[in-house]
Amino acid sequence: MLSRRDLIKGGLGGFVAVGSGILLPKLALASVDPELWGTAVKELPGGALESAVLEALPGKKPLIKKTYRPPNYETPVKYFNEVFTPNDVFFVRYHLANIPEINPKEWRLKVGGDSVERPLEITLEDLKTKFEQVEVVALCQCSGNRRGLMKPNVPGIEWGYGAMGNAKWKGVRLKDILNKAGLKAGALEVVVDGADTGVAAGTPDFIKSIPVWKALDENVIIAYEMNGEPLPHWNGFPARLVVPGWTATYWIKHITSINVVAKPFDGFWMKTAYRVPLGKFPVVERFISQETAVNTPITEMVVNSLITNIKDGQAFRLGQVVEVKGMAWDGGYGIKMVEISIDGGKSWQEAELGKDYGRYSWRPWTYRFKPTKKGTYTIMAKATNRIGQTQTFELIWNPAGYHHNVVQKISIKVL
Amino acid sequence: MKRFVTLMVVGVFALAFAGEEKIKLKDGKGKELVEANCSVCHSLDYIQMNSPFLDKKGWEASVNKMIKVFGAPIKQEDVGPIVEYLYKYYGKKE
Repeated sequence: MLSRRDLIKGGLGGFVAVGSGILLPKLALASVDPELWGTAVKELPGGALESAVLEALPGKKPLIKKTYRPPNYETPVKYFNEVFTPNDVFFVRYHLANIPEINPKEWRLKVGGDSVERPLEITLEDLKTKFEQVEVVALCQCSGNRRGLMKPNVPGIEWGYGAMGNAKWKGVRLKDILNKAGLKAGALEVVVDGADTGVAAGTPDFIKSIPVWKALDENVIIAYEMNGEPLPHWNGFPARLVVPGWTATYWIKHITSINVVAKPFDGFWMKTAYRVPLGKFPVVERFISQETAVNTPITEMVVNSLITNIKDGQAFRLGQVVEVKGMAWDGGYGIKMVEISIDGGKSWQEAELGKDYGRYSWRPWTYRFKPTKKGTYTIMAKATNRIGQTQTFELIWNPAGYHHNVVQKISIKVL
Repeated sequence: MKRFVTLMVVGVFALAFAGEEKIKLKDGKGKELVEANCSVCHSLDYIQMNSPFLDKKGWEASVNKMIKVFGAPIKQEDVGPIVEYLYKYYGKKE
């Protein structure tokens, strides 16, 4: 019998047979069913596997608990077989632990700042009745999704694949609200704050800004509904910002204020956090007023994909058709193609793309093949978007662990 | 017990996060100090989750970030023993 330490040392090279199936060494550490993680389980730090448990927040189904306070919960991969991620399994991510329950009757959204002509105060009723109501299907993905797969490891929430979810968001265009308030010449950034705060007095409040040009994009909305229902408390009730194409750091939950300013906002969560090295990622939409000589705020999501329906090590019978399914997404240019390899990357064939729910939604895809020989098949999926960007084979490591879009590998056995 | 008292002081919202009382850090010198200080702002699974890949310098940087960036009210004389515990029980040796 190997000790835990031996198992860790064994790394990925050593397989350990357990019961009827074959488990990789670190799986022995996992406190939750390894299948819920997908292939991420092979790469996550041992402590992240050991400390995770399957637990339900009020109003949610059991999710993979990363941290209790502030609450950070990951969605198991099996739920990503559906285009719309159900609200009760949608991932939860907070930076700050003081999260008030908001009474929707008392909630107010204050719109102001030195670059606004007429400050406004909007009630939930106003939001639902005094503006044009719009809907957008968009993927909400944490900047640090898959951080736990970074090598070398990066401290933070050690996410596997599940810090993301796709939903139909309903609300009001931010542009319509800003136009009602009136923007002055020189308006540069739109600063957004939510109701959650830190515990220690000195903890910087989680406040984000977006450039005015992005705020005026017709797809950016203040959403009060998600998949036809009010937002769950843990996903920003009663209203949140939705910035389709950009990572979830900008999607401020429990939104309380919008301030339009003429100078770059210099709060910690803009100036220091959520930054990537300048020029390291192929990004079109840049946040120029926040850039420095060395780094830039993270903006749009990089093109990516995930295999959702098969398990690593899964066995198939010779003659049986193997169906590989998954999702592909990007920062809003739209998915052009998903290529599949069944031979570890030597050759590639195109998958069939499923229904298109718009360029900010992820796109389902399917690939079927009938293995002609027994043995191990290494399956890979690689997405390409309409502007020709594709996933990376080599990790683009960065100090905060963002934008992980390394082509995934899953091995199956044909018996 | 010390940790529980700390949570009480922090306020109702800290107690609202059911489940974290189940977290058990490894026994060793400095554990109580770590529990009392770190759990003011966050649950202790943050420590477990970020292991075992930080070396001593890595844990030191994390503790200092908590103080300088997030305003954690940690006494300067407690930093050394906290880092020592985190490195010894949740750090990368080599």
